[in-house]
Amino acid sequence: MFTRIFSIVAAAAIGSTAIAQEAEQRIVSIGGTVTEIIYALGKSDLIVARDTTSTYPAEASQLPDVGYMRALSPEGVLSVDPTLIIAEEGSGPIETIDVLKEASIEYVTVPTGYTADAVAEKIMIIGEALDESEAAATLAAQVTDDMQAAAQTAAHADPKSVLFVLSVQGDRVMAAGQQTSADAIISLAGGQNAMGAFYGYKPVSNEAIIEAAPDLILMMQSGGGHPITDEQIIAHPGLGTTPAARDGNIARIDGLLLLGFGPRTGDAIQSVNTALYAE
Amino acid sequence: MAEISQNIPKAHFAGDRQQRGRYVTIALSIALVFTAINSLGVGATGLPIWEILARFLNGIGLTHTESIVLFDIRMPRMVMGVLVGSALSVSGTIMQGLFRNPLADPGLIGVGSGAALGAIIAIVLGSYLPAQLAATFGPSLVPFAAFVGAWATTLLLYRVSTRGGRTSVAVMLLAGIAVGALSGAVSGILIYIADDSELRDLTFWGMGSLAGATWTKVWVAAPMILIALLSAPALARALNAMALGETSAMHMGINVQRMKRFAILAVAGATGAAVAISGGIGFVGIVVPHLLRISIGPDHRYLLPASALLGAIILLIADMVARVAVAPSDLPIGIITAILGGPFFLYILLRNRGMLEA
Repeated sequence: MFTRIFSIVAAAAIGSTAIAQEAEQRIVSIGGTVTEIIYALGKSDLIVARDTTSTYPAEASQLPDVGYMRALSPEGVLSVDPTLIIAEEGSGPIETIDVLKEASIEYVTVPTGYTADAVAEKIMIIGEALDESEAAATLAAQVTDDMQAAAQTAAHADPKSVLFVLSVQGDRVMAAGQQTSADAIISLAGGQNAMGAFYGYKPVSNEAIIEAAPDLILMMQSGGGHPITDEQIIAHPGLGTTPAARDGNIARIDGLLLLGFGPRTGDAIQSVNTALYAE
Repeated sequence: MAEISQNIPKAHFAGDRQQRGRYVTIALSIALVFTAINSLGVGATGLPIWEILARFLNGIGLTHTESIVLFDIRMPRMVMGVLVGSALSVSGTIMQGLFRNPLADPGLIGVGSGAALGAIIAIVLGSYLPAQLAATFGPSLVPFAAFVGAWATTLLLYRVSTRGGRTSVAVMLLAGIAVGALSGAVSGILIYIADDSELRDLTFWGMGSLAGATWTKVWVAAPMILIALLSAPALARALNAMALGETSAMHMGINVQRMKRFAILAVAGATGAAVAISGGIGFVGIVVPHLLRISIGPDHRYLLPASALLGAIILLIADMVARVAVAPSDLPIGIITAILGGPFFLYILLRNRGMLEA
C-alpha cells in the first residue's frame, strides 16, 4: 500500500518535472538575425546565451557570449545548459555540432536568404521551434508586407548606382559585388550595385571606383571601431572623385539592420531608399 | 665512442648535467601526469576533478551531459594537447639540433607553409568538391589536406636539396624560403576568391585551437606522432655529434645522411599531424628546447624526452586557460601560448644572457 502511494507520488513528481522542462526551454541563439527574430516573437526570456554576432536589440549583448558562430566550442555551449539551439546556416564547426546533438540537445538550423520569402521562412522555422507558429505567421506576414511595400515604393525605372564599402584598409577599398546581402538590399531599395562585375566582397582599384561613378556610398556603422569619416572619403584618391563624395551622398547604417535580412529589413530598405532619392 | 666522448671539451661537466637531466625528466613526468588529470576538471561547465572523483568513489556516476563533457570533450582534448604539445616541442628540438641553429623550427622544412596551403585549399575549394566525396571526408577534409600539404612540401624540399645522396642544409633553407613564397602566393589567390565566412575560418585556423578535439582526430594523428616520439631517442647520439659539426659527426661514425633523412621524416610526420588536427600553434616548438637547454644542457638524450614532457605540459596549461578565460566562448590557443610564452621567454633570455652567448 505504502509503496503504491509512494510510486504514484513519485510518478506524479516525475511527470510534473517533465512538464516543467517542456515549458522551460533554455535557448542558445546563434546568429544576429536569429536572436532578433526570437526577440521579435517575444520569447527573449528563454535565451540563455548568444553568439558574438547577436548585437540587436541592445539587451541581447547582456547575455553570455558563446563565441563566434563558426568557431563554437562544445563545452562552452553545454555550460549554459541549453535544451534548444537555434543556429543560422553555416554555424559550426561540424565537430561541435555533432557533440551537441550527441548530448541530446535539440538543434534547429535556420537557412539564410536575401528575399522576403527567405525572411518569412526564417521566422516560420524559429516560430515552429519555439512552439509559437501562430505568432510567427503573423510576424512573417507583417515583415513580408513591410519588405514588399518598401521595395515597391523604392523601385525606380532609372536606378541610381550605389557602392557598398565594407572597409577601407590602407586606402584600399573592399566593396560588395554580386550575390552579397549588400547587393540584395541595394536592389530592393531601388538602386543598382555599382560593382556588378564580381562576386562577394573584394578589394577594388581606385580606377574601377572612378569608372563606376556611384551616386551613393553606403557603409556599415561600426559600433566601437573607427568609422570612415566623410573627410577620409573626400580625400581618398578613388572615392573622393565620385559623384557620391562630391554631393556628400554618404550613408552609414548599422550592419545587422542593413545586411541581416530579419524583421527590420523593411526599415533598412526605406533608409537606403531615402539616402538615394530624398532631396 | 667512449674514447671520443672523453675528448669532447667540458666533458667534466657531463656527470653533473646528466644527473640534473635525470631529475628534471622525472619531475616533468610527475608534473605532466598531474597537469593532465587536472585538465580533465577544467572547462566552461565547471565539474572540477575532485567532484568527478567523488562521484565515481560514491558510485553515483555522471549524468548523460556530464559524461559527454568528460569523455567526448575533455578527454580527447587532453590527449590531443599532450600529443600536439610533445610533437611540436620534440620536432623543434630535432630541428635545432640538426640545423645547429637556435631559430630552427619545423617551418624550415616547409611543414608550416605546406600545412597552411593544404588547409586553405580545403577551406576555400572544399565547397566545389563533388557531394559524394565531400560527404566521405566530412569534417576531416581540412586536417587531411593540411597533412598532405605538409608532407608534400617537405618531400619536395628534401628532393631539391639532396644531390648525390647528400642533403645540403643550406640549399634546404633557401629552397624552403622559395617554396614558402610560392605557397604564400597560392594562398593569396585562394584568399582573394574566398568569401566572408571562409576568411573567418582561415583566420581561426591560423590561430590554432584544441576546441575541435574528437577521438577520431586523436586516432588518426596519434600513430604518426607516437612513431616520431618513440623513435626520437634513436637520434639523440647523432644529434649530440652534430653539435660538433657535420664533418666531426661523420668521423665519429655517424651516418649523417641517414640521420638527416630520418629526422626530417619524423619531424614532417609529427608536426604535420599536429598542425593538421590543431591548426597553427606557434612558439611552443621554438621555446621549449631553449628553456630545457638552459636548465639541463645540450645533451639530446635528456633533451628529447624532456621537451616532449614540457611541451605537453605547456600546451595543456595554455589550453586550460583557453577553455575558461572567456567562457562560455573559447580563446584560440595560439594567442595564449604567445601571450604567456613571449614575456616569460624574454625574462629567461635576460636572466641567462651569458649562458646563451657562450
